Amino acid sequence: MFGLNKKDSALLLLVAILTMMAPFILNPFPTDSGLAQFNAGYPDLMQRFVIFGIFAIGFNILFGLTGYLSFGHAAFLGVGSYSAVWMFKLLSMNILPAVILSVIIAGLFALVIGYVSLRRSGIYFSILTLAFAQMSFALAYSVLTPITNGETGLQLNLDDARILDPVNDSGSLPVTSLFGLEMRSSFDLAVGPWDFTFSVGYYVCAIFLLLAFYLAIRIFRSPFGMMLRAIKSNQQRLNYTGLNPRPYTLAAFVISGMYAGLAGGLLASMDPLAGAERMQWTASGEVVLMTILGGVGTLIGPVLGAGLIKYFENIFSKINDTVLHGWFSFLPDGIEDFLVTIIHPFVGKGWHLTLGIIFMLVVTFLPGGLVEGGQRIARLFRGKKTKDGADGAKTEPAE
Amino acid sequence: MGILEVKGVNKRFGGLQALSDVNLSVRENSVHAIIGPNGAGKSTLLNCLVGKLIPDTGSVMFDGQSVLGRKPHEINQMGISRVFQTPEIFGDLTVMENMMIPCFASRDGAFRMHAIEHMLDDKEIVERAEKMLEDMRMADKRHMHSASMSRGDKRRLEIGMCLAQEPKLLLLDEPTAGMARADTNNTIDLLKQISDERDITIAIIEHDMHVVFSLANRITVLAQGTPLVEDDPENIKGNPKVREAYLGETA
Repeated sequence: MFGLNKKDSALLLLVAILTMMAPFILNPFPTDSGLAQFNAGYPDLMQRFVIFGIFAIGFNILFGLTGYLSFGHAAFLGVGSYSAVWMFKLLSMNILPAVILSVIIAGLFALVIGYVSLRRSGIYFSILTLAFAQMSFALAYSVLTPITNGETGLQLNLDDARILDPVNDSGSLPVTSLFGLEMRSSFDLAVGPWDFTFSVGYYVCAIFLLLAFYLAIRIFRSPFGMMLRAIKSNQQRLNYTGLNPRPYTLAAFVISGMYAGLAGGLLASMDPLAGAERMQWTASGEVVLMTILGGVGTLIGPVLGAGLIKYFENIFSKINDTVLHGWFSFLPDGIEDFLVTIIHPFVGKGWHLTLGIIFMLVVTFLPGGLVEGGQRIARLFRGKKTKDGADGAKTEPAE
Repeated sequence: MGILEVKGVNKRFGGLQALSDVNLSVRENSVHAIIGPNGAGKSTLLNCLVGKLIPDTGSVMFDGQSVLGRKPHEINQMGISRVFQTPEIFGDLTVMENMMIPCFASRDGAFRMHAIEHMLDDKEIVERAEKMLEDMRMADKRHMHSASMSRGDKRRLEIGMCLAQEPKLLLLDEPTAGMARADTNNTIDLLKQISDERDITIAIIEHDMHVVFSLANRITVLAQGTPLVEDDPENIKGNPKVREAYLGETA
């Protein structure tokens, strides 16, 4: 299918099904049940899942294949967002030109930063990218206020030019759309006690994710992808095999910067504002966590990692003491209070603590991330009868 | 005129004169051994040939062109392949992928973007890589993770990867260091076969006299950064200067 082998086609199909059915899959609990707060199937969060999935897929092309750990990828995300919002202000509320400009500008930006940073490798490369990202953040936050609107963030105004759009005299801000299809429009489906929301914005993002994922598979399986893995494996040998690692790493850096730009553009397309905090170093660190948590160098890992982190950020953080008391109200008072006190630091504002523990456990026991966990479970189920299956699986390059 | 001409090369590291006035001429299609006691400057000389070090003075001409000031990958593209003391292969890749990379390098040059097509769809490269694996008698290992092979197999793969580029000159840096006797003899046989069957010049740095005298048809003895003598193996064995400087201590 589409020039992929059987295994990769199956993977692509799996991701396609997961993303298309996400409104069902992420809403397993009836709306009025006590567990409804664990439902993640609302448009805002689902959009975040796929957008950060795209971001992580792109990051993994650089980090997973070449081993160059960039600590400044959020800069490209931010640049993408700013470009998109400017497109909405000046040209049109159609998201297509906005996203295209985001990708191009982020790519150019990555070309410049990559050209300088890739003169070094290892920790020095990471520090250089971090420095560039923090410089970009500082520029966006204060120096370049005319372009970025400083700490307020870049927003739409009623009197923006929007030269391609008809004159807006409704008195309210226009909304982003794809050839007239509004991003924020959605459609509710009630099945018994369940409520499923299908949002246009989500499906647009999901299609971008599928395209991005497909392209990533092609890159992983191409001679270019093999060269990138060779760079990670042994740069000395590559040099003495007549190959120049620099243009290969730069190309990977630019491609992954363009992925980040796409993610930034989509973020702005769903919610047309861009702030400097999107470029901060914590945002760069987050994508590193997503990739490692999911599985570095695997195809699907970064998407899973992005999903997990965004789930924690949005769902776990909403569990407060009142909710906890509700859960344990059937217990005697003393035990109830005790349990709430114990769990309290791990939920609500303390969701980072839970995430940190999960991260530590995954890195210690599953160095291959969630994907390795999945593989181990699959191996357990497949049983010991097909023992040589494990050797056969080794011959394929890592998923 | 040899294929490789080194003239008046000097290299100094701080207070240490690693190479002083080295002249060397490697004839086309010969097997030329460079021997000498520890610290004689053998590895420094080799690094000057492949672009890792730049000599302070002197010239290094390969096939009529100067190699000085070129980067390692450019020198490699001129036709010099290097085998390292410890096998340098792409450990995370399979044996087949290891072999495909030099095939790509020799066909497409130092950089070319093939980001969309599948690597196994390139019939020409796959055929070349498979042919080379067969020549190296490694076809049965093609799907193996290359890091999990024995040292002898890694060495064989590395030599195969160098040959896959069809170089004019193959440089070997102590190719049998740390190997068991059986592996050493296998490597000698392999190198003999390569030099008999292929249109290739081999320059080898070696400690093991057994290896040197079973392979080389020309020998340069290096001592304290200066070539002592360059001659045929029979004359080297009997040369009193060489015995004194080198063989006398060990043999």
